Amino acid sequence: MKSNFNELKLDAVTRRFAGAGGAAFNALSELTLTIRRGEFIALLGPSGCGKSTALNCIAGLLQLSDGTIMLDDTRIDTLPPEQRGFGMVFQNYALFPHMSVERNVGFGLRMRGVVADEMATRVAKALKMVQLTGQEHKLPGQLSGGQQQRVAIARAIVIEPPLILMDEPLSNLDAKLRIETRAEIRRIHTELGRATVYVTHDQDEALSLADRIVVMKDGAAQQIATPQEVYAQPANLHVARFMGYRNVLELDVESEEGDRVALSGPGIRLTGIRKLPLAGRRAHVAIRPEEAALADGADATNAIAGKVAHVEYCGRDSLVDVLTAAGTLLHVRSARPPRVGDTVNVHVPVERALVYPAA
Amino acid sequence: MATAAAPIAREPFDRTLLLVAPAGLFMLLLFVYPFLYGLWLSFTPKEGGALANYTHFFTTDNLWPTIWTTLRLALPATLINVGLALPIAFKMRIRTPYQRWVTTILVVPITLGTVLIAEGMLIYFGPKGWLVHFLQFFHVYDGTIRLTHNYTGVLISLVVSGFPFAFLLILSYITGIDPGLARAAATLGADPKAQFRHIYLPLLAPGLAMCFCLAFVQAFSVFPSAVLLGSPAGPTRVISIAAYEAAFEVYDYSLASAIAMIMGFVQLVIVVAVLGLRNLFYRGPMVGGKG
Repeated sequence: MKSNFNELKLDAVTRRFAGAGGAAFNALSELTLTIRRGEFIALLGPSGCGKSTALNCIAGLLQLSDGTIMLDDTRIDTLPPEQRGFGMVFQNYALFPHMSVERNVGFGLRMRGVVADEMATRVAKALKMVQLTGQEHKLPGQLSGGQQQRVAIARAIVIEPPLILMDEPLSNLDAKLRIETRAEIRRIHTELGRATVYVTHDQDEALSLADRIVVMKDGAAQQIATPQEVYAQPANLHVARFMGYRNVLELDVESEEGDRVALSGPGIRLTGIRKLPLAGRRAHVAIRPEEAALADGADATNAIAGKVAHVEYCGRDSLVDVLTAAGTLLHVRSARPPRVGDTVNVHVPVERALVYPAA
Repeated sequence: MATAAAPIAREPFDRTLLLVAPAGLFMLLLFVYPFLYGLWLSFTPKEGGALANYTHFFTTDNLWPTIWTTLRLALPATLINVGLALPIAFKMRIRTPYQRWVTTILVVPITLGTVLIAEGMLIYFGPKGWLVHFLQFFHVYDGTIRLTHNYTGVLISLVVSGFPFAFLLILSYITGIDPGLARAAATLGADPKAQFRHIYLPLLAPGLAMCFCLAFVQAFSVFPSAVLLGSPAGPTRVISIAAYEAAFEVYDYSLASAIAMIMGFVQLVIVVAVLGLRNLFYRGPMVGGKG
């Protein structure tokens, strides 16, 4: 067990499960990823995308079907979890119900044969870090969900692992606590200077916490990039849809000029930026509701005309549904909500209309 | 709290509680009354004062040692049953294709009566049985082998009939423990041995105590196999045989009741002791956090 590392390399990590009728399916296929010292990685995707499988493979709780995991020069994918020495925070916390908070947090140290004095100091330090000083002698069942969560984090960090794995640690908390604990996790990560792999299905969590995001779907990594890049430049249509590009239109390709693609459809002419090489005459364009705008009829460029079908008040702005002549529903965020039935133009900046090949 | 004001709302009487009445009556007529009657009977001996039966029991050489004879059978049998069932149930906690088969095979003896088991054992383990023939044919052991009509025979029978019971109980306790706890322990550096010692064992302890009590009470009241497979005149003259003889050979119901009361008291002492130990352990839900 190392106290820190330079690189943790996942090379074509694959995990198969026996599916229905004996057919094997890949819960995780060929994940290749290099985690650097002190980096915060988020594995992001909908449920069943393989993100927890990936985490369990790193932890050693699942064996690989294929591929290798290297910690610097040591191959670790053949080691059982207790010899990898990574800290893990489980979704349901998995606190030992028969042990006090103090003994839960000290468990990893006890397994490492740390002497009593040092153990007490380190447990106290970890509990201070998660702001649970004074709760040492309570049983997990006597704590609130948020406190249990913090015990789980303290238990994982007290062993000073080179890598901390977190499996949707905030999903059992209420909205307010979730945002507070999120900031806490980021603070602890910075304070410790250890790498973290964080599994979540919540894009806000991934964007706010991670240095790099791995967007996953059907067991495969779709994009590995910084939050800014994943948010603004999704690598493919799957990522775009998952990252909140709610308007996806299938249109005909008119012409290509550099990255700029002119598209058309029934009653629509639109120019966008090509994200992937196009094949064939059809293409998808993806547009984020908050990056489109309602424009006045006269000076509307790169716009789609339609009628307001529905307005949903969201406080700071409103979510407007616009029905185009061809019968497509577009979602647009607007600070000045129109009235239902108004004729409007939905304006999209050329660089924010992302064009992907039609499948 | 003693200082609490009047209750905020009074719970209306839950009439569904009346459904307990038939069962209560049943218990009263078929358990409480016979027990109290037996207790009273034990204090009204044929001759002498109220405690004459008890003095007789503890001063007669073929009566009081039956307590030790029975304990000498029941305690090892219970320990073997619980001790064997624990590791096997632990292995069986994970659902595997062969788990159901193993469980079925292990549980089958529970469906057989003690008399049937005794009969089978007499044929299989007897002096002219298959086992002895086999051992002697292959010269594994050439001396005389006596596994029936002695202490060993009764012990084996208690294990055969008691094991499935202990196994099923422990299996249900083990499967109630969140396997995520062991996984969490593994990530913290606990190898499988340490996971068992620090996670499973402490969480199982109350269940094991319960299982021990039930298995012990069952073994302590051994009667048919002690007669059929043991030597009821000598080393396996258990307390229930003494009670049976008093009741149906001497026709001293009063003495028989006293022996039955002593038998119940010994069981009670062991059960209370074990359940007392159980209170030393954690007895809450066996999952860690929100499910």
